[in-house]
Amino acid sequence: MSTKTPSRLEKILDSGQLAVTSECGPPRGSDPEAITKKAEMIKDHVDAINITDNQTSMTRLSSLASCIHLKLMGLEPTLQMVVRDRNRIALQSDILGAASFDIHNILCLSGDHQMFGDSSQGQNVFDLDSMQLIQTVRLMRDEGKFLGGDDIKRPPQMFVGAAANPFADPFEIRVPRLAKKIAAGVEFIQTQCIYNLDKFELWMKQARDRGLHEKVYILAGVTPFKSAGMAKYMKNRVPGMDVPDEVVKRMAGVPKENQPEEGVNICVETIQRLKECEGVRGFHIMAIEWEEKVPEIVERSGLYPRPKDL
Amino acid sequence: MIVADKKPIEEIIDMVKGYHKILIVGCNECVTVCEAGGKKEVGVLASALRMYFMNEGEKIEVDEITLERQCDHEYLEEIRNSIDQYDAVVSLACGVGVQFMAEKYFGTPVYPGVNTCFMGVTEERGVWSERCQGCGQCILDKTAGICPISRCAKRLLNGPCGGSTQGKCEISKDLDCAWQLIIDRLKELDRLDEYEEIAPIKDWSTERAGGPRKVVREDVRQ
Repeated sequence: MSTKTPSRLEKILDSGQLAVTSECGPPRGSDPEAITKKAEMIKDHVDAINITDNQTSMTRLSSLASCIHLKLMGLEPTLQMVVRDRNRIALQSDILGAASFDIHNILCLSGDHQMFGDSSQGQNVFDLDSMQLIQTVRLMRDEGKFLGGDDIKRPPQMFVGAAANPFADPFEIRVPRLAKKIAAGVEFIQTQCIYNLDKFELWMKQARDRGLHEKVYILAGVTPFKSAGMAKYMKNRVPGMDVPDEVVKRMAGVPKENQPEEGVNICVETIQRLKECEGVRGFHIMAIEWEEKVPEIVERSGLYPRPKDL
Repeated sequence: MIVADKKPIEEIIDMVKGYHKILIVGCNECVTVCEAGGKKEVGVLASALRMYFMNEGEKIEVDEITLERQCDHEYLEEIRNSIDQYDAVVSLACGVGVQFMAEKYFGTPVYPGVNTCFMGVTEERGVWSERCQGCGQCILDKTAGICPISRCAKRLLNGPCGGSTQGKCEISKDLDCAWQLIIDRLKELDRLDEYEEIAPIKDWSTERAGGPRKVVREDVRQ
């Protein structure tokens, strides 16, 4: 593969090095420091920082504005964009807005249903789905066209990503679904948080059997548990999440004050094991409201220092 | 059929308060089948209203009638000669019937007696569920006869999303994941390879998004 955009993330992946990304959730308010402080904590340990787009359907400071704050700090953001809240006019318009600030990574998502958040009585849009958003960004970038067919002056230059959840049902279409996203034009994948490593490795094997690992960069998603309670919550309450019993037991088996450390240990062990998994090209560390732990996880996983001057 | 649900009686009382003579009009089609606005429900509502206003010491006369349909001129015409006797009408038809009645009897207040919900089926007595949103461009040939627009909470044309768990939708354990159903049926029909065809971006202009719709058929027009 060769690079198609100015994205640093793309360059690192193209060079064959393991990439490290992380993410920051914007605040429920307009204080820019809520974003810049989080970014400051992790900036030297990651290659790009995702900004979530009203995750779990809770209204927050916008992903695009947050990405601009990162850009102004000289960092590389990945704009997460969900199709829940915007029609094709707004999606394309925000893509151009991001491109005008030279934001070079985008993650195309459907978005959690609005009933989970603070606006359960609101409308949703879903004019496009995530697959079609991938196609749209590729059309805008590669053909320099709007969906309506007109030419774009100065098209966006974005490295196009999407999510994959190897653990959602039905399992049998999880690899075909990845193939479908690749056919739509996706270039990198960040997976759902991995706790069931056996199942993830089976998914990767099936992907390799179809040669998909050579067509897309797969970043394995990890999230450290802060507590046994969080492990139980993720197991029982978060749709599409697969937390095996033994992981919950392991967290519950240590005293409360040591649970954060145990959560980080599990996370580091996961990364170390998956570094050996063929087709895993990097890691996406989602330390939810625990960004300060990202440097430790990266260092202990042997992923530090990050590449410079590509 | 068009599925409707009963409106709380308190809402209907608020609507008709102050009138002396009202007519409750049922519909013998969809709302009869879903037991929200047929002859039986007209009778129950009329009795409830009479009892309520009697207890309140207010005099109100409540008459009942159930028409074959409220979405066709010919049946609505059946009350033309009696409509002027009434101060107001409560229609237990779907929103279509309520409006057609209001269009036809311009000077008579017409109130909705049910909440119109969706186009759906009777799963079992007392349980109705949605099957169609009338998008105006049917894609059931591509989705194994199961509609993701009406049955997927995100109307994904290329589903399922990451929230599908054990065959259920992320928004409710009581709701089947439409894409699980589609995949199960594609498999049954030995067409699972079609799953990997990307559904193109939909033209929503034939749906609600395109504004109020109309079908004009010159071949059957008189």
